Amino acid sequence: MPRVGILAIQGDFLEHRTVLSGMGVDAPEVRLPRQLDDVDGLIIPGGESTTIAQLIDIYGFRPALKDKAAEGMPIWGTCAGMIVLASRLTDHRPEPLGLMDIVVTRNAFGRQVDSFETDVEIAGLAGLPYRAVFIRAPVVEEIGPGVSVLASLADGRPVAVRQGRLLATAFHPELTDDPRVHRLFVDVVEDAAQRSVKVD
Amino acid sequence: MTVDTRVESGTWRVKAGLAQMLKGGVIMDVVTAEQARIAEDAGAVAVMALERVPSDIRAAGGVARMADPTKIMEIIDAVTIPVMAKCRIGHFVEAQVLEALGVDYVDESEVLTPADENNHVNKNDFKVPFVCGCRDLGEALRRIGEGAAMIRTKGEAGTGNIVEAVRHARQVMSEIRRIQGMGEDELMSTARDLKAPYELVKEVHETGKAPVVNFAAGGIATPADAALMMQLGVDGVFVGSGIFKSQNPGLMAQAVVKATTHFRDPQIIADVSRGLGDAMPGLDVKTMPIEEQLSVRGW
Repeated sequence: MPRVGILAIQGDFLEHRTVLSGMGVDAPEVRLPRQLDDVDGLIIPGGESTTIAQLIDIYGFRPALKDKAAEGMPIWGTCAGMIVLASRLTDHRPEPLGLMDIVVTRNAFGRQVDSFETDVEIAGLAGLPYRAVFIRAPVVEEIGPGVSVLASLADGRPVAVRQGRLLATAFHPELTDDPRVHRLFVDVVEDAAQRSVKVD
Repeated sequence: MTVDTRVESGTWRVKAGLAQMLKGGVIMDVVTAEQARIAEDAGAVAVMALERVPSDIRAAGGVARMADPTKIMEIIDAVTIPVMAKCRIGHFVEAQVLEALGVDYVDESEVLTPADENNHVNKNDFKVPFVCGCRDLGEALRRIGEGAAMIRTKGEAGTGNIVEAVRHARQVMSEIRRIQGMGEDELMSTARDLKAPYELVKEVHETGKAPVVNFAAGGIATPADAALMMQLGVDGVFVGSGIFKSQNPGLMAQAVVKATTHFRDPQIIADVSRGLGDAMPGLDVKTMPIEEQLSVRGW
């Protein structure tokens, strides 16, 4: 069983742990860069993107995360995590990690009173539509050639994207009782872990 | 398959959910756009837009009301992190105004002069989420029953003295542990004793935690104060006068943020506590006459 670390510097990392624990997945908190060596995949949770991005730099996570992504570690960002993974933001701050070839707009739907939930259809998920919770959520404006769109809103704007082993959702699967997106990511991590064993 | 694409805003999940996003973070009181930017640059997860910080409200006396909308808009325009603002206890029109301004969270706060000594705002009527202060679990559950999507300790605002925040946090935590451990047949009489909604008491019994995110507030003046509250089990901290009444606000703000993230690491707290200059001047709550204590406002 793979270990899925959760970046625990700010935000709703405990909610991700609760979902993963419910699936029987070991989900240690990652608070320092060296702890990335002990996990097979990483979730960057929801939170305040400016705060998370600043703390990533203050605690020296930026080079470590770039190295791990280059080595093929699966990483999934939810909301603030999506912003952090982007190559570019349409506003001037914060400085994203540039791991995924996507351009992202922060707070794309307005202020908190405009936060919402709605049903979306996610490619690769069987069964009913997925109830997605958007809180001061970002949206994907542009995608590069290696990026596929897994889910969009009714107006066509992408809210879930994948690029190889990197996954980003504008909404918060950790705030619902539906573990299907977590399952999808754990499958990516399991697959990656098996391949790396074969290479070794 | 056709997907129902209707969107629902102002649901309990998005209101309580924003508080989840603030966890592990520091929310700072600011009175100008420049202070708001300093707070954002230091890593604050949100700012509280005010005309005066609590220690100045204390000093000024008189009736303290909602801040001037011009001031709030100036702060909203200055930062991209969420902006909170305070309304008076029970003053639902101030709350309506704050919602109309686009404030992200309303703090129905004992720091302002109460407008209603009997009733708090019916927070279920609003799309904007509310945070409310509490001294014990009963008070927290009453506020959640009215629709608060986040709670905080009252502490004693504007004193730079952590003693009341510690008292309130310990009280809430110990009541949660007690309820978790009791039999189901004891829950109704507990709800009666706490003057709290039965359903919420039952939820605490089943989950062993507060039904919404719980921050510390009221008297936090140093990085060690913030870490103390985190170790006592709160989800994050509000710092009121503690940042901008200290000698070096920018440094103090960063230090409190780091101590809040690494609240279990004394070495990091030691490092960030060096060379900060003077913290805000403190007040003794014990010698303070009851009519000057803000935490006794509301019920």
